[in-house]
Amino acid sequence: MPKTLFDKVWERHIVVPETEVHPATFYIDLHLIHEVTSPQAFTVLRERDLKVRRPDLTLATIDHSTPTKINPDGSRPYVTAQAETQVETLLANTEEYGIETHGWDSDNRGIVHVMGPELGATQPGMTIVCGDSHTSTHGAFGAIAFGIGTTQVGHVLANQSILMRKPKTMAINVNGELQVGVTPKDVILAIIAKIGIGGGTGYALEYRGNVFEQMSMDGRMTVCNMSIEAGARCGMITPDETTFSYLKDRKFTPSNYDAACADWASLATDEGAVFDKEVNIRAEDIRPMVTYGTHPGMGMAIDALIPAATDATDESALNYMQLKGGDKIAGTPVDKVFIGSCTNSRMEDLRAAAAIFKGRKVASNITVIVVPGSVLVKARAEDEGLDKIFIEAGAEWREAGCSMCLGMNGDIGAPGDLVVSTSNRNFMGRQGPGVRTVLASPETAAATAVSGVITDPRKMESAA
Amino acid sequence: MTFAPLKTVTSRTLVLSLENIDTDQIMPAKFLSMTTKAGLGEHVFANLRYDKEGELTDHELNSEAGKACEILVAGHNFGCGSSREHAPWGLTDYGFRVVISSEIADIFRGNSLKNGLLPIVIDKRAHQWLLDNPGADVTVDLESCEVRLPRNGGTYNFDVDAFSRHCLMEGVDEMGYLQNQDDAISKFENKRL
Repeated sequence: MPKTLFDKVWERHIVVPETEVHPATFYIDLHLIHEVTSPQAFTVLRERDLKVRRPDLTLATIDHSTPTKINPDGSRPYVTAQAETQVETLLANTEEYGIETHGWDSDNRGIVHVMGPELGATQPGMTIVCGDSHTSTHGAFGAIAFGIGTTQVGHVLANQSILMRKPKTMAINVNGELQVGVTPKDVILAIIAKIGIGGGTGYALEYRGNVFEQMSMDGRMTVCNMSIEAGARCGMITPDETTFSYLKDRKFTPSNYDAACADWASLATDEGAVFDKEVNIRAEDIRPMVTYGTHPGMGMAIDALIPAATDATDESALNYMQLKGGDKIAGTPVDKVFIGSCTNSRMEDLRAAAAIFKGRKVASNITVIVVPGSVLVKARAEDEGLDKIFIEAGAEWREAGCSMCLGMNGDIGAPGDLVVSTSNRNFMGRQGPGVRTVLASPETAAATAVSGVITDPRKMESAA
Repeated sequence: MTFAPLKTVTSRTLVLSLENIDTDQIMPAKFLSMTTKAGLGEHVFANLRYDKEGELTDHELNSEAGKACEILVAGHNFGCGSSREHAPWGLTDYGFRVVISSEIADIFRGNSLKNGLLPIVIDKRAHQWLLDNPGADVTVDLESCEVRLPRNGGTYNFDVDAFSRHCLMEGVDEMGYLQNQDDAISKFENKRL
């Protein structure tokens, strides 16, 4: 029987098959951990006198609670003592249990979903979990990758396995030619707007079609990253030459690389495989997207009119955003711009933003922070001189971390601020109490930063 | 045992009718810095319960009657977004044992089941009745998988995974079950070498 990519990877990892009575015992190839969702799991290990079964399949970093500034004396300005304790706790736990950790001194420290691929730890056909819902990012490599809670972080530390039932599968087919100026972020925002914030609940997604085949790994990661914003725990893309060449010569790249590539190539969905659901989108219909409401499903084309509220939930969202149905969203004044997060903090994102900032200045009403996804991204961007472009334009160039995506480290907006953000969630108060978030691509964020109002990047001439 | 067994719950309902209440609303990120689970009930739905100055609002969640509610009824697609288990930790520490909606996000649902919080997806008509009748005395029976509404509300069945149901009713967690599979896991690992 023809199988999907998901089916093939799923079957390779069944320790005990599911029955009506119990879920499957499902083996995990790579467990990524960070400071926020792991401390209580290590406590459980201690309480029950358990060891970490496979420290060699576990990788740690610090990203959520870490400051993105450094004090003049070299110390780090933690938002609270508790945040510092949390970071120290992760470092102490991983030291005690012998887990490879990319802490302050590592060139690979960074947002956990930027770090894994950079190290080549993320590979096709793997199962990858992390106590973070944006673990779906790693699906860009043809891995089954999804977020888990802290209880399951404990399960994986102790058993390298979790209990789970097989989800249904959904194909998201995007075929055709993308218009000039339409980015991977716009593609995924358009997908979520179409299927809805809960449309993927219970499903594993596979993004299919020539649009994804032609997309770079950075772009594929942006797409898979936001699968969870449609309710799907994971989203995958078939591994191909683009994937294989990305993975060549990285730290964890298998030594039998050619054989590995041949195996990875066999994972592609078979001709005639049946998905539980299919969604078709014409690439030509996608325009640069922004959100106008309080969840990522409330997305619209940047040159369209804000949809009118159809129920109380919509109305409350528009009230919170201080936006009116029927108005244009382009031209709305903005207070802050955030370029970063596991969605859009990789080299391509920074290059795209820099191409717009080059030779221009940030509008006087706006503050901009640019936060690279990892220490490595930061170094590469500086090698290319991107940091100078941002700084000369009037943006702040920060240290790597999750930063303002969720504001755990104190990088937040002021109440009432409108923030155009390249991150993944525009939930009420996520970027600070009363802060209004508009999600957008790096291009749109940069165009907005220099114009002072929400701006269609297609209206800017790239100076590059 | 990590939580009290759950068989039947009879309680007034507390209703939050907004749709898509995400886990950032349930437990804002600034409360995720702790390294224990203690006391998260104080912060659950913090944006509804505290004003800008940090003073308690007059939201039902702050009333004695609200705090006595063990059943939360929420609008469609409850618990979407972040995988933070701090959300169900906060809800159970506050006193909830059941959350009912017409759709509940996957990761939140899984996290809830591991913490003695029963997530119930119920049909749209029963859900609407519950939204329209806040404070109703409702019985949730996990043995028969029924939600019994008072007056003329009727009785509705719900689905719950057999294994999760067993764990909830016995008050056991999954760690012991996985530990018992050590041999199977070792065999699997050896086969792949």
